[in-house]
Amino acid sequence: MPIQSLNGALRALLLVAIFFAGVWSQSSGVIEDFLWYLPDVQYLAIQHLWLTAISGSLAILVAIPLGIVLSRPSMARWAESLMQVLNVGTTIPTLAVLALSMSFLGIGAVPAVFGLFVATLLPITRNTYAGLKGVDPALMEAAAGIGMSSTQRLMRVELPNALYVIFAGMRTALTINVGTVPLAFLIGAGGLGELIFTGIDLYDPVMMLSGAIPTALLAIVVDALIATVAFLVVPRGVNPSRA
Amino acid sequence: MELIQYALDNIDLLVTRTLEHISLVGVAVGIATLTGVPIGIAITKNERAAKSVLYAASIIVTIPSIALFGIMIPVLSLIGQGIGYLPAVIAVLLYSQLPIIRNTYTAINNVDPALREAARGIGMSPNQRLRFVEIPLAVPVIMAGVRIAVVLNIGVMAIAAYIGAGGLGTFISRGISQSDPRQLIVGAVAVSLLAIIVDYTLLFVQKRLTPRGMELDASTA
Amino acid sequence: MIQLDNLTKVFDTPEGAVVAADHISLEVPSGEICILLGPSGCGKTTTLKMINRIVTPTSGKVFISGEDTTDMNTQDLRRNIGYVIQQIGLFPNMTIEENITIVPKLLGWDKAKYKARAREMMAMISMEPDAFLKRFPSELSGGQQQRIGVARALAADPPVMLMDEPFGAIDPINRAVIQDEFLKMQQELNKTIMFVSHDIDEAIKMGDRVAIFREGKLVQHSSPDDLLAAPKNAFVESFLGEDRALKRLNLVKVQEVVSDEIATVSPGDTLETALARIEDYGYQNAILMVNDRRQPVGLITRAKARTTKGYCRDHFESVPGTVTLDDDLRKVASLMFSQDATWLPCVDDQGRVCGQITQRAMTHHLGSRFRAREAAPRKPDSAVKE
Repeated sequence: MPIQSLNGALRALLLVAIFFAGVWSQSSGVIEDFLWYLPDVQYLAIQHLWLTAISGSLAILVAIPLGIVLSRPSMARWAESLMQVLNVGTTIPTLAVLALSMSFLGIGAVPAVFGLFVATLLPITRNTYAGLKGVDPALMEAAAGIGMSSTQRLMRVELPNALYVIFAGMRTALTINVGTVPLAFLIGAGGLGELIFTGIDLYDPVMMLSGAIPTALLAIVVDALIATVAFLVVPRGVNPSRA
Repeated sequence: MELIQYALDNIDLLVTRTLEHISLVGVAVGIATLTGVPIGIAITKNERAAKSVLYAASIIVTIPSIALFGIMIPVLSLIGQGIGYLPAVIAVLLYSQLPIIRNTYTAINNVDPALREAARGIGMSPNQRLRFVEIPLAVPVIMAGVRIAVVLNIGVMAIAAYIGAGGLGTFISRGISQSDPRQLIVGAVAVSLLAIIVDYTLLFVQKRLTPRGMELDASTA
Repeated sequence: MIQLDNLTKVFDTPEGAVVAADHISLEVPSGEICILLGPSGCGKTTTLKMINRIVTPTSGKVFISGEDTTDMNTQDLRRNIGYVIQQIGLFPNMTIEENITIVPKLLGWDKAKYKARAREMMAMISMEPDAFLKRFPSELSGGQQQRIGVARALAADPPVMLMDEPFGAIDPINRAVIQDEFLKMQQELNKTIMFVSHDIDEAIKMGDRVAIFREGKLVQHSSPDDLLAAPKNAFVESFLGEDRALKRLNLVKVQEVVSDEIATVSPGDTLETALARIEDYGYQNAILMVNDRRQPVGLITRAKARTTKGYCRDHFESVPGTVTLDDDLRKVASLMFSQDATWLPCVDDQGRVCGQITQRAMTHHLGSRFRAREAAPRKPDSAVKE
């Protein structure tokens, strides 16, 4: 299989490249430069994660109940049009969301958290709604037919069966959130964006990378973390990744 | 009122920036389609390759755009292109890969095996099958991928204003640095409207490209 | 017991009111299976679903075990009615055990009791508890899933069961197996069951009684045999099909048609005796030869008896086949056709000859009901009388 051997070749190339990059960075003293930024990186990364944690958990706390309420049969009349609005909302670039948030709420952490909250809210609400609406009607009839109350149906049948889709929404939303936090620096809320944007302004590559690499890693880690949680939490029978 | 007045006063600049924005995203996504579709088709032949390619593309999308710029600038500086047009185009190119490759791959994979067998049965070669059956059936889904890529990258492009790539993001960046809410809001609204209008336009194109009697699966739309 | 009293459902649609079920009155005695049968859109499913209020009745009453359910709490009502649907509707997020025990849990059984019940149910549907209880529905075949669906409905031991085309999505071979298993279970459980079907053969096989629906009205409600023998009107007749007399073959047992008068010879008799006996009884072709335990061992043909001299034991031919008292006429007919026989000997549990069944007797038995109906004055449209 040629692809497999190509893969092997690429892997070997990558190892060689990492080795030479290491040798070069050692000899040129870049590593020392990076270490100089380490305390800043630590401080800003924590700030970064706080912004994500606060805005993200607020968004989850609002989005999931909102999605549930919209999916109730009594809401059917407005739900579809409201989802249209939310769909339009998700196409708005996050920078624009933050900019609009700043123009109404000023600068600082509050407008940043609000902007992040809005950007995170939409995908989660959308997936919660779609996940619950996507539950097989036959299941709902069976659940009603054996005498479950509407709360029991929601808790034991609808939510467990929609959970995979809801988690997919949270994963997308929180990854966007972590990736948008650097922009929050622009409206004065701190985070790793400080190193990146200041690095760009000062044209300091080491500073830029000290911000950019941890930001990228954070996003990948958060993404993988939620994927892991979903893998563990979503029941095996309705979890495609555990089939 | 003040905002509308500002927008009208600067209508020329607004149009220029919008065209800049569109052309940059358009060129980059265009190139991405030319690379992504063949890759998507190629990986239908090998499931392992498909898995690793899709995994790599999804990791790339996970990397925040500003972090990607931050990483690219020092590298591209080696050829004197650290800021400006080139890093923005490369970022858009990279981000477009996942939606386009993924949609091409799933579209071709989802072609009804019965159709494929029928095509083989009437004596089509593998290449003819691809040309006359699989690709035509996959076009609407591929178009959906292109649409996702375009909308995503209108947002990425707005951020690229910070590395000097121009576009509507410059209104936002100047608005912030000069504490000028008029520029800020006009920029934000303009870029949002652009994303929404382009989304709907491409949705319309996508529907036109869908042969009658073939409904698009909601999950790939 | 299930009683429906003038049960009616009117749906309001943009095109106006549609009467899906029109004053349906029906009684299913305890321990019986009543099949609701009819073309799609005839109101059979609506009628079934009004019993557990998946569809709310517009008017009319439902009595279960003699009790009016109108003022019962919907959830309590449903928890005491087993419910099986065509799409099965097993909860994919729950294991097989959780699916089976959900109703007992809702009813507040304690853990040890419902766990034991799950194993009991698995034994009842002949599935290995240790192999299946911890699995998920997606890991089972369609037939296995439907067995679990039946087990879930039976778990809390409800006196009454509603089944909406329960075996409709299963392939024909597995369907027959599951139907047989279900009938065997029902012999022990004696549930009162209402069962929706659009398959006439299934209705005849499963039903103690069959209720035929058309355009929201109950057209005929009778036993499968009565239904096939005496359809009330042209609609029922055409719905049952032109081969309805053949379908009755399934329903009639040999013991209803058998004649215990049968002459035999023994191996020690002479062919002369055999011929005399053939003449005496007016047999056309042959006479049966039995051993000293009265088990059939051969046939002496008329031609042989007439042209040859000697003992029967030296000149017999093989027996084309035998039938037992519990066989249905369908099997008998099939055996007769394949062996080109006009009669077959009938044997008991020990294989001893106890009578014979003839083509003439079969056609006479099946035809008698039709003749009775022809003779009676035919009321115009006696069906719609509710």
